[in-house]
Amino acid sequence: MKDTLILAIESSCDETAASVVKNGRTILSNVISSQIALHTLYGGVVPEIASRKHIEKINQVIDQALSDAGVTLDDLDAIGVTYGPGLVGALLVGVAEAKAIAYAKKLPLVGVHHIEGHVSANYIEHPDLEPPFLCLIVSGGHTHLVIVKDYGEFEILGRTRDDAAGEAFDKVARAIGLGYPGGPKVDKLSKEGNPNAIEFPKAKIGDCPYDFSFSGVKSAVLNYINHAQMTGEEVNRADLAASFQKAVVDVLVEHTMLAAKDYGMTKIAIAGGVASNGTLRAAMEEACKKNNYSFYRPSPIFCTDNAAMIGVAAYYEYIKGTRHGWDLNAVPNLKLGER
Amino acid sequence: MKILALDSSGIVASVAVVEDDTLLAEYTVNYKKTHSQTLLPMLDEIVKMTELELESIDAIAVAAGPGSFTGLRIGSATAKGLGLALKKPLVAVPTVDALAYNLYDAQGLICPIMDARRKQVYTGIYRFEEHQLKTLKDQWAAPVEELLEELNRRGEAVTFLGDGVPVFRELIAEKLKVPYSFAPAHVNKQRAAAVAALGSIYYKEGRTQTDVEHVPEYLRVSQAERERAEREKAQKQAGTTV
Repeated sequence: MKDTLILAIESSCDETAASVVKNGRTILSNVISSQIALHTLYGGVVPEIASRKHIEKINQVIDQALSDAGVTLDDLDAIGVTYGPGLVGALLVGVAEAKAIAYAKKLPLVGVHHIEGHVSANYIEHPDLEPPFLCLIVSGGHTHLVIVKDYGEFEILGRTRDDAAGEAFDKVARAIGLGYPGGPKVDKLSKEGNPNAIEFPKAKIGDCPYDFSFSGVKSAVLNYINHAQMTGEEVNRADLAASFQKAVVDVLVEHTMLAAKDYGMTKIAIAGGVASNGTLRAAMEEACKKNNYSFYRPSPIFCTDNAAMIGVAAYYEYIKGTRHGWDLNAVPNLKLGER
Repeated sequence: MKILALDSSGIVASVAVVEDDTLLAEYTVNYKKTHSQTLLPMLDEIVKMTELELESIDAIAVAAGPGSFTGLRIGSATAKGLGLALKKPLVAVPTVDALAYNLYDAQGLICPIMDARRKQVYTGIYRFEEHQLKTLKDQWAAPVEELLEELNRRGEAVTFLGDGVPVFRELIAEKLKVPYSFAPAHVNKQRAAAVAALGSIYYKEGRTQTDVEHVPEYLRVSQAERERAEREKAQKQAGTTV
C-alpha cells in the first residue's frame, strides 16, 4: 500500500510547529519554535505577541519540517492544521497558512482539534495502542477525563469546574516567585521538598465523581502564604511546592482510577503539557501497576504543544474522510468531539 | 506579468489579479469582518471564473500594513502560504500607499485615513507628479488632530479616503482650513486592484520578498509591550531600578 504523508501545522498558543507524519504513526520530522522566553517578561502568554511571532516564524518552521523529513510538498497527501481551541489570533495564522498551501497544491485540508492532537500523541510511541482507552488530558488550558471510544470519538467523563490543572500550577508558581511557565518550575522545586509537609484540600465534586476543581487548592496555597507573611513565619517553598503538587496529582490519579474501575477500562493514557510532570507520571504509573492496567504516556517532547500529534490526529480524520473547506475558520472555544 | 493581490487590512476583503495593464478579476466585499472565512473562497471564485492557473502568476502582492492586526495576519499568512507552495516571490505593498493609488492622477494632496481607534489614524500624505505616486509623508500612526494641523500647514487642497472618513468627518469640517473633498464610493476603500497595480511597479523595480522574509508592518507595538515600556519609563523617572 502507498504511504500516506501529512504535513501538520500547529499555532494555537505560543509554539509555532510543523511536522510530517507517515501513515499516522511514524514521525518524519517534528519542528517546534518556542516563544517561552518572549512571554516570560510578561508572566504569561501575550496573545498579540504570540500571533506576531507565529507569522514571523511559520514558513521557516514548515520549510524545516519538510527538509528534515526529506520530502517536498509534491509528496504530500493532505495538510492538517489545528483550528481550535486556543488563542484566536494565533490559530488564524496556522489556519490561513495551511489553507493557502493546501489550496495552491490542490491537497485535502483536515482541521484538527488541539486536544484530540494531545490524545493522539500517545499513538506515536505506542504502536500497540488502539482505542478504546481511558485518557486524562491535563494542560494549561484543559483538564478532561475521557474515554477514547474510537479514533476521533470521545466520551467526556469529567472536566474541571474552574481552573485547569496547568493554570493552578502557573498561579502557585507566580505566588511563590518561580515565574512562568509554572509547571516545570514547581515540578523541579518539589524534588527538594516534603510532599507531606502541608495538607492541602482535595476537592470532591458531589454530583460528578470524575470532575475536578483546582481553585480550592490554589486558594489554600495563597492563604497559607498570606498567613505566613502576617505571622512572620518563613515559608519553605520546596515543601509548599511539593505539597501542592501532591494534592493535585493525588486527585488526578484517584479520579482516573475510579473511572477506569467504573467503566472497566484497562488501558490508561495521559496527555497534554502537564503530562510531562514527573510526579504525575510516576504516580499514575504506580497506580496502574497496582491495578494491573497498561499505562501509556508520550515522551515530554510530544506532551508539549507540537505538530506531530496534530499530524497523527489528522491522519485518522483523513482516512475517515474528514475534509474541511476553504472557509475553515479558527474556533477558539472548539468543543472536544465537535467537527 | 501577472500579479495576484490580497487586501484584508480593514473591513474590506479584496482579491484581484492584474496582468500587465489589465485587471482580469477583482472581488471586493465590504461586509463584516470574516476574512478568515471569505478570503480564500474569494480567490477560489476568481480562479474558477477566469480559469486561472495559479502557477502562471509572477508574484503575490499583499496589503502589508498598517491595519487590523488580525486582518493583516490573515492576508500575510495566506500570501506566505501561496508563496511557499507556488515558489513565487511576495510584494509587500504598504496599505496606505495602495489606498492613495486608488486616486490616480488626482489634483492636490491625497490623504488616506484609516481608523486606528483611540482617536488615531493610520495615514500618509501623497501627490501624483508626472503620473507617479510621490510620498510626501510616509505612512504613520497619528492622532487625527496632529494630521489636520499638518495639512493646514501645507496649505493645499486635499482629498480624503479610507474607513476613517465617516469617523472623523465632523472633526475635519471643524478643524481643517484648506479646501477638501472625499473620494467617491468606488475608490474610497481598500481595493486589491490598487494593491496589484502598485505591486506590479514594485515588482518591476525588484522590490520583492521571499515567503519566509515577509511579515506585516503594524506601525504599532502590541498593547502589552506599550504598557511595559510605559511602566519602565515611569519607574526610571521615579528613580527606582528595574
